[in-house]
Amino acid sequence: MLHLELLIQGLIYGSMYAVIAVGLTLVYGLLRILHVAHAGLFALGAYLGLLITNATGSLVLGMLSSAALVGVGGMLIYRLCYQPILNRPPHVALIASIGLFIAMEEIFRLIFGPYGLTYQNPPLQSQIALGEIHLRAAELGMVIAAVVLLGILSYLSQSTRIGIAWRATVDDSDMAKSFGIDTIKVRYLNFFIGSGLAAVAGIFISLLSNLVEPTMGGVPAYKALAIIVLGGLGNVKGTLIASLLLGVVEAFGTIYIGSILDRDAIAFAFLIVVLMIRPQGLFAGR
Amino acid sequence: MGIYEISLATVVGINIILALGLNMISGFCGQISLGHAAFYGVGAYTCALLAKNGTPFAAAIGAGMLAAGIVGLVVGLASLRVRHDFLAITTMGVGFLFLGIVRQQEILGGELGISGIPSSGFGKIGYLVMVLALAALTTVFSLWIKRSWMGFAFDAVADDEDTARVVTVDVSAYKLAAFAMGTAMAGVAGGLYTYFARFLMPDDFGFITSITVLSMVAVGGIGSVFGVIVATVILTLMPEFFRFISDYKLLVYGALLFAVMRFAPEGLAGLAGRVFARTKRKARLEDEAT
Repeated sequence: MLHLELLIQGLIYGSMYAVIAVGLTLVYGLLRILHVAHAGLFALGAYLGLLITNATGSLVLGMLSSAALVGVGGMLIYRLCYQPILNRPPHVALIASIGLFIAMEEIFRLIFGPYGLTYQNPPLQSQIALGEIHLRAAELGMVIAAVVLLGILSYLSQSTRIGIAWRATVDDSDMAKSFGIDTIKVRYLNFFIGSGLAAVAGIFISLLSNLVEPTMGGVPAYKALAIIVLGGLGNVKGTLIASLLLGVVEAFGTIYIGSILDRDAIAFAFLIVVLMIRPQGLFAGR
Repeated sequence: MGIYEISLATVVGINIILALGLNMISGFCGQISLGHAAFYGVGAYTCALLAKNGTPFAAAIGAGMLAAGIVGLVVGLASLRVRHDFLAITTMGVGFLFLGIVRQQEILGGELGISGIPSSGFGKIGYLVMVLALAALTTVFSLWIKRSWMGFAFDAVADDEDTARVVTVDVSAYKLAAFAMGTAMAGVAGGLYTYFARFLMPDDFGFITSITVLSMVAVGGIGSVFGVIVATVILTLMPEFFRFISDYKLLVYGALLFAVMRFAPEGLAGLAGRVFARTKRKARLEDEAT
C-alpha cells in the first residue's frame, strides 16, 4: 500500500515536472540555450494566476490569462535577451539567463513582499477518494492538466501545419528556412507555448501549498535542468519519461535514503549516476 | 584601515583565489563548472574539522587543499564522460549533492553549521597580509600556467577537443590537471574562509556561491587572469557600495550580470581590448594625418 501511494505521489510530481521541463527542452532544442529564467516565468505565472483568481474569483480565468500573459513575457525574453547573443559561446546566454532569473526573483520580492501571498478562497482543496487512495483535488487536477496539455501539444506538433514547421525548425533550422518556414516566428511560438505551460505548472504547485513566494522558482529551475539533461537535451519524449522517473525516484528516495540525502540531493545523485552510465542522457538527443 | 575595511579586503583576497581556480577550469581549459562552491566547501569543512581538533594552521589549510583537489579529480573523471552543457549540469548536481550530504550529517554540523573554529593566531592585519600574499601567489601561478606548454594545451582543449586529440594532445590528462589544480585552489580559499569567518553554514557553499564565482570569471572575461581579478574586486565590493540601497542590491547584481553578458559578452577584458584597439587605431590615423 505504501509503495502504491509513493508511486502515485511520484507520478503527480513527475507530471508537473514534465509540464515545466517541456518548455525548457524545446528552447534548448531550438536555440541550444539553458534557459534558467524559465523558472522566473514559472513563478510569475503563479503570481499572476493568484492575483487574477483572487480579484475575479475564477481559477479558470486566472489560469488562462496568466498563461497568456506569461507566454507573451517569454516571447519578450527571447526578443530582448536571447536573440542578440545567440551566436556567442553557450556560457554567455547561460549566465545572462541566471542574471535575469535573480533579477526576476528580486522584483517579485520587492513588489509582492518576501513572505508570499495566499489564495483568499483556495480552490481545489477537497479530498477525493479513488478506491483506497486519497488525493486532493489540486493533485488530481495537476495530473489531468498535464495529460491534457501535453496531449494537445503532441496533437499540435504531429498533425497541424504549424506543428510540422515547428518540428522541422527544431530538426534543422537552415533547411526549414530554405523551405520557406519563418523560423523566427517558430521561435516566438516556442517561447509562448513553453512559458504558458510553465505558468500553469506554477499555479498548480502554488495551489498545493496555497503559497506563492518569490523564491518558489528556485528548486524547479535546477530540477528542470536536471530533467532535460536526463531526457537527452532537446528530446521531448525523453524529457517526459525523465520527469516521471525523477518524480518516482524522489518519492521512494526520500523514504528510503532520506536520512543520508535530502530530496534535491537525491534527484541530482540519480542524475549523476545515470550520466556516468549514459553520458548522452537516457534518450540520446539529436 | 578599520576592522571593516580589513575584513572586506580579506574577503576580496579569498575570492580572488576562488575565482582564479574556476578560471583555470572554465577559462583556460573551457570546462564550464556550475558547482565550484562544492570544492570551496570541501576545503572549508575539512579545514574546520581539523582546526577544531587542534591541527596547526598550515597543515589544516594544506589538508583542505588536498581534500578539495582529490574530490575535484574525481569530478574531473566525470568530465571525461560528459561534455559541454551535460557537464555544466553535472557539476551543478555535484554542488547540490555536496549540500545535501552536509545538511544531513551530524558530524558536519547539519543545518546548524560548524562554530567555535579557533583563530589563526596572526591577528586581523597579519591574516589579511597572508591572504593577499597567497592571492598574489595564485595570480603568478595562473599567469605562469597560462604561458607554459600546459596553458597552450589547455587552450587547444578549450577551443576544440577533437582537433586537439588529433594533434596528439592528451585531452583527458589535461582536463584532469585543470580540475585538480582549479579545485585545489578552491580548497585553499575554503580553508582561508574557515579561519576568517570561524563559523560555517551549509548555505555559504550553495548554488548562489557557485554562480557568483562563475560570474566573476565571466564578467572579467573568461580566461583572462587580470580581467578576472578586476571583476572579482568589483563584484565583491559592489554589494557594499550599494548598501545605501541594500534592499535592491541583489536586483542590481542580477541586472548587472545580465547586462554585461548582453552588451559585453567577452567581459571586461574584451571591453578593455576593444577600447585599447580603438585608441590605437585612432592614434595611428592621427599619426598618418600629420
